[in-house]
Amino acid sequence: MSVLPRTMTPAAAAGTSGSVLTALHEWVVTVDHKRLGIMYVATGIIFLVVAGLEASALRLQLAWPGLHLVPPATFNRLFTMHGTTMVFLVGIPIVFGFGNYLVPLMIGARDLAFPRLNAFGYWILLFGGLLLHFSFIGGDGLYGAGSAPDVGWFAYAPLTSPAFSPGNATDYWNLAILVAGFGTIATAINMVTTILTMRGPGMTLGRMPIFVWEILTISALSLIILPPLSAAQIMLLLDRFLGAHFFDTQAGASAVMWQHFFWFFGHPEVYVLILPGFGFASEIIPVFSRKVLFGYPTLVAASAGIGLVAMGTWAHHMFVVGLGSGLSAAFTLSTMLVAVPTGMKIFNWLGTMYGGKIRFATPMLFCCAFLFQFLCAGLTGIMLSVAPFDWQLSDSYFVVAHFHFVLIGGLVFTIFAAIYYWFPKATGRMLSERLGRWHFWLFVLGFNLTFATMHVAGLLGMPRRIYTYPADRGWEFWNLVTTLGVPLQIAGVVIFVVNIVQALRSGPLAGADPWDAWTLEWATTSPPPSYNFEVVPVVSSRRPLWDLKHPDDPDGPHE
Amino acid sequence: MTPNIFAPASTPAFAIRELAVFVIGITGVIFFLVAGLTAFTLVRFRRRRGDDGREPAQVYGSVQIELAWTVVPLLIVVVLFLVTARYIYAIERQSPPPDALEITIVGHQWWWEIRYPKLGIVTANELHVPVSDPARPTPAFITLQSADVIHSFWIPQLAGKMDVVPNKTNRVWIEPRQPGTYVGQCAEYCGLQHAGMLLTATAHSQEDFARWVAEQRAPGRDEAGARAGRERFASLACISCHTIRGTPANGVFRPDLTHLMRRSTLGAGVIPNTPQMLRAWIDDPAVLKPGALMPAMKLAREDLDAVTAYLLTLN
Amino acid sequence: MTPVGTSAVSAAWRGRAGVIGLIVAETSLFAVFVVAYLFYMGKSLNGPFPKDVLELPIFITVCLLSSSLTVAFAVGALRRGRTHAAGIWFLATVVLGAIFLIGTGREWYGLIVGRGFTIGTNLFGSTFYSLVGLHASHVTIGLVMLTLLCVFAFRGALRHEHIERAELVSWYWHFVDAVWVVVFTIIYLGRG
Repeated sequence: MSVLPRTMTPAAAAGTSGSVLTALHEWVVTVDHKRLGIMYVATGIIFLVVAGLEASALRLQLAWPGLHLVPPATFNRLFTMHGTTMVFLVGIPIVFGFGNYLVPLMIGARDLAFPRLNAFGYWILLFGGLLLHFSFIGGDGLYGAGSAPDVGWFAYAPLTSPAFSPGNATDYWNLAILVAGFGTIATAINMVTTILTMRGPGMTLGRMPIFVWEILTISALSLIILPPLSAAQIMLLLDRFLGAHFFDTQAGASAVMWQHFFWFFGHPEVYVLILPGFGFASEIIPVFSRKVLFGYPTLVAASAGIGLVAMGTWAHHMFVVGLGSGLSAAFTLSTMLVAVPTGMKIFNWLGTMYGGKIRFATPMLFCCAFLFQFLCAGLTGIMLSVAPFDWQLSDSYFVVAHFHFVLIGGLVFTIFAAIYYWFPKATGRMLSERLGRWHFWLFVLGFNLTFATMHVAGLLGMPRRIYTYPADRGWEFWNLVTTLGVPLQIAGVVIFVVNIVQALRSGPLAGADPWDAWTLEWATTSPPPSYNFEVVPVVSSRRPLWDLKHPDDPDGPHE
Repeated sequence: MTPNIFAPASTPAFAIRELAVFVIGITGVIFFLVAGLTAFTLVRFRRRRGDDGREPAQVYGSVQIELAWTVVPLLIVVVLFLVTARYIYAIERQSPPPDALEITIVGHQWWWEIRYPKLGIVTANELHVPVSDPARPTPAFITLQSADVIHSFWIPQLAGKMDVVPNKTNRVWIEPRQPGTYVGQCAEYCGLQHAGMLLTATAHSQEDFARWVAEQRAPGRDEAGARAGRERFASLACISCHTIRGTPANGVFRPDLTHLMRRSTLGAGVIPNTPQMLRAWIDDPAVLKPGALMPAMKLAREDLDAVTAYLLTLN
Repeated sequence: MTPVGTSAVSAAWRGRAGVIGLIVAETSLFAVFVVAYLFYMGKSLNGPFPKDVLELPIFITVCLLSSSLTVAFAVGALRRGRTHAAGIWFLATVVLGAIFLIGTGREWYGLIVGRGFTIGTNLFGSTFYSLVGLHASHVTIGLVMLTLLCVFAFRGALRHEHIERAELVSWYWHFVDAVWVVVFTIIYLGRG
C-alpha cells in the first residue's frame, strides 16, 4: 500500500479560496503549525532585511575614518537595533519557525500539542518586534528625534539606568524583548510536550531526525535560560520605573550582576540559535551525499552535551570585567570543553559525505560553505576561550568577526540551505537552481570579504561599537574592504527574494519528494494537507522512506 | 601608530602574544587538517557524470573512529587549558616590586582621569610611564575605577584590556620595555562618545620620566601677560569643574588643566590641542565632540580670547 | 480527527509535560530573584535592614501551606466524582490563599506607609519587594484559576473527566507553595 496520498495541487491542498480578505483571515486566525511556521520564517526574513539595512548603514559610516554619514547618536541606535533584531527577531523566529513547520511532520503528528499557545507565541513575537521598531518614531530621547534604544544589544548596567539613559529608548528594548521572550518560552513548552508525547507509531526517540533532537534540546534549554533574562529585565524595569536599585552602583549594587544574569541567558542562547542549524545540516548533507548520517547516536549525545555544558560557559563574555584568576581559568575550561561536542559534529558530517555521491544542488552548496565557515568560527572561538588572549580580543572587531562567522557563516547559511530544501515541501514548487547559484556565490563571496577581513581590524586594536576611528591607526584599509562585501551580500539576498517570489508564482511543481529523501515529511504531499498525513506510516527505523525504497536493505538491523 | 596586538612593547603584552602564537599554531593545524579533509571529500566523492544512480554503501558509524575523534580533541583541550591557566596566573597574580609606579585611573564619560597618588600628579587622557629596566623593574600598576558607567582601559601594545567598573576596583599592570608612544582607547561601549575616549601612553627613559614628573608637579604657570585671563577664568563657572593647581580653580569633575598645553589633544584625543581648537572647544565643545558633557560656555568674545590666552600659557 | 500517535496515556501526559515545562521556567525565574536577594544580603548602604522590619509571618505561612492540603483533597474528591465536595475544598483553598495575600498586603502597608520602607529605599527593599511581590503575583494568578474551578464545581460543570486539568492547576498551586517555603526561609528565617 502506498503511503503517499493522492496527488493534490498546491492550491487545493492549501485550501485557499475566495478573496484576499478570506485568505488573510485564514492566516490571521490559524493555529496550524505549518502556517504559523511559515509566518515565523517570513517574519524573520523581513526583520533580516531590516537589520541588514541597519548594518549596511553602519558599514558605510565606517568605510573610512572621520566620515559624517551617520551621526553618533544614530549610529549607536543602529548597532543596538541591529544586534537586538538579529538575535530576537530573526534568529529565534526562524529556528522555532522551522521547528514549528517540521517537527510534527517529522515525528508523524498532526500538529503541536497546544495549537492555540503556538499562535499566541507567534503573535506576541510580532507584537514585540513591532514595539521595538515603534521606538524609531516614538517620543524623544535625550539626544534628539526618535527613541530607538542605544545601549547595545546586551544593554549593560549602569548605562541603562535612568541616570545614563533618560527618556524611553531603553524601555522599548526592555519591554519588547521581555514580551517576545514570553512567546519563546511558550513555544519551548509546546515543542518539548509535542516531541515527548505525540510521536507517531514506531517513532521512538532514537528514530527521530536529528533536527527534532536539536529542537528538543533548544526548547529544554530555553525553559531554563530565558527566564533569567526576563528576571533581569524585570529588575531593570523596577529600577527605571519604581526607583529600585538592582543595578544602581551608587546604592551599592553590582554592575557585574547584570552581566552574569544576561550572559547566563546570552551564551546558551547562541547555542539555541545554532543547534537547529546543525539540525538542518544533519538532514540535508545525508540526502545530497546519498548516505546515511554517520554516527547518529554520537550526534544526539553531542547535542545533549552541548546543551548541558553550554550553561556553564557564560562568563567567557566577562573575562575582562575582573573575574579573578580562578573564575577565568574555570570558564576557559568549560568553554574549551563545549567546543569538543560541537567540533565533533563536523566530523560526523564529514563521515557522512565520505564515500558518498555528492550532488551540489543549492541546499548542499550552502551546507558546504557552512562546513568551512563554521570550522573557522569554532577555531576563533577557541582563541577567544583562552582568557589572556581574550583580554586583547574581547570587545574588538575580532569578536564581531567571530560571532558573525558563527551566526551568518553558520546559522544563516544553513537557514538558506533549509529554505531551498523545504520550500518545495511547504509550497509545492521548486526554487530556481540558477538563481540559487547566483544567490550562493554572491553571498559567500560578500560574506567572506566582509567578515574574514574584519578579524584583522580587531587584531590591530580596533574596538567595537565606535562610530568612527582616527586616521592614523592603520584600520582604514581593512574597514574599506569589509564594507565592500556588503553590496555583494545585498545582491545575493535580493536575488533570493526574487527567487522566492517567482517560484511562488510559477515555479515548477515539486511533488511529494523532489530530493529523493528519507524522512517522514516527504511521505505526504507538497504542500501537506492541513491534517499532515492521510495515514501516518508506521516507522521502524530512522529513515522510513529509505526502508520503503529499499525493502531489501532496510535501516533497522543496522541501527 | 597602529595598536597591533602582535607588536607588543610591554611584559604582559609579550606574554599574551606568546600564548596567542601557541594557540594560533594549534588551531591553524586543526584548520588545515579539517578543511583539507573536507575539501578532499567534496572533490573526491562528488557525483560523476555517467553515474549509475545506485546508492553508495551506507556506513552507519564506527565506534573506533568516533572514539578517536572525541578523545583527541579532549586531549588537545587538556593541553591548551593547562598552558592557558599558567599564563592566567602569571599575568594576574603579579605583585608590584618595590620600585613599581602606582597610578590610579578613573574612567569618566568620555575622558580618562589619571592620577599618580604618590607623586601628587593629576592629569588626563595621556599616560606617562618610565621604561622598565630588568635589573631594577619599574612597572606601572594601575588601579581602575569608574565615575559613572562601565568603560574599558585598553592599550593593546602594553597589556590586555581591563574593564573600568563603577563600585568595583580593578587592577592592571604594564611594563614597557622600550621608549615610545602607544595608543589605545575605551573598549566598552559607554554611551554617545564611546568612540571619542582615546588614550595614549608614552614610555620615557628614566631621566625623561623624572623630568616629566617634575614638570607636572609644578603648579600652574602664572605669566604676567596672562593675568587678566587668569582672573577672568577664576571668576567663571570653569573653576567649579576644573582644577588648576596654584589658583582658586579646584573642581574635581573634569580634567585637571594645570599643564593643559603639555597634552597633544583635547577632548580625549578627538581634536588636536592647537590655539584655534582650544578656543573653539571652550566656545562650544559639542560642535567638535557631539554630546560632550562640558556645556557651551557662551563667553563674550573678549572673555573667550582672554581665557584662551591664559590656558595657552599652562605649560 | 483524533491526533495521531496519542493514546489515552499520552494525551494526559501532554498537559502534564506542558505544566512541568512551565514549572521549570518559573523555577528559573524565581531562582534569579533569589540569587539577587542572597547576593545583596548585607550590602545595603543604609537601613532599614531585614531584622529591623521583618517579623515571621507564621500565620499566613500556615494558611498557605495548608492550602496545598486542601487543594489535594479537592482533586481527590473530584477523582472520586464528588464534585460538590471538590468545590468545598477548592473554596477552602481560595480562602486560605486569600488570607495569605491579605496578610502580605497588611505587612506591606505597615512597611511602606508605616515605616516609609519602599522598593527604592535600599538594596534590601529592592530585592525584598520584588521577590515577595513576584510570589504574590503568582499566588494571585493561582487564586483566579482556583476560584474558577470552585465556581465550576458548585455549578456542577466540573466533572470527573476534567480531573487532569484540575490536577494541573493543583500542581501549579503546589509549586507556588514550594516557592514560598524557599522565600520564607531565605528572607524571614534568614533576616539576621
